Amino acid sequence: MIETWINIIINILVILSLLAGTFFILSSSIGIVRFPDVYTRLHTATKAATLGVAFILIGAFLFLYAAHSIVSGKLLLAIVFILLTAPVSAHMIGRAAHANGIKPFLKNRGDAYQEAKDEYIKQHPSDTN
Amino acid sequence: MAFQIVINLIIAFLWMFLSESYSAPSFIAGYLLGLLLLFVLRRFVPDTFYLKRFLKIGALVLLFIKELLSSNWEIVKLVYKRKQDFEPGIFALPIDVKSNWEITLLANLISLTPGTLSVAISHDNTKIYIHAMHIQDSEKSISEIKNTFEKAILEVSR
Repeated sequence: MIETWINIIINILVILSLLAGTFFILSSSIGIVRFPDVYTRLHTATKAATLGVAFILIGAFLFLYAAHSIVSGKLLLAIVFILLTAPVSAHMIGRAAHANGIKPFLKNRGDAYQEAKDEYIKQHPSDTN
Repeated sequence: MAFQIVINLIIAFLWMFLSESYSAPSFIAGYLLGLLLLFVLRRFVPDTFYLKRFLKIGALVLLFIKELLSSNWEIVKLVYKRKQDFEPGIFALPIDVKSNWEITLLANLISLTPGTLSVAISHDNTKIYIHAMHIQDSEKSISEIKNTFEKAILEVSR
């Protein structure tokens, strides 16, 4: 009797985490379409997609544990690696975009990084980096 | 810290051989016993008790998970808002952390927290340039990052 209840609860948890994961990934793709420039799009592409994939992996982990009683360490490791790599790739894409001269979408505030870069080039005219 | 872990492992193996049961449970029992010994004798062992640092790392991880969830909530709210009234911009955050891995960790944590995304690090490693969704409260997010993440990282590394 208790075992069936535990099974039901674990199934509900699996369903909830899969739903949350797909919801976050869907939101992140809608955000990529709706936001105005590279940098704001990077916000949704890193944050929401990371959490979405993490939730789906947690759901898969719970399912494997409940249905086949496998403790899959690979899934947990995958979450860790996604959390490690997603911000790094976002940083690199943002930096590459800025280095290629893509202007951020600004309403009325300045771009501190552009100012600092201009200042640096003024002081070191030979350095093109 | 490495010295203390080695001592702890030696105590665990000693316990395993003394009790003549070569299994994981007796190893764990020996390890816990070693922890207790190190804790009792912490005045005579160099460095601070190493479990303290592990607890700080755990606190950092918990903080990170909390911030990750709240940042996702923020970004989802922004995605489904009918009128996109955010005001993006890039601001500079002066940092106190020095070594490379600390800066990397801080930049990664910033990227996964509400409304901020690290774009670049200045040439002299004293500033991180951050793209923010709401540039009007950049002052607030500067003090927030300095008081939570940087403090937690400094507590782990010092």
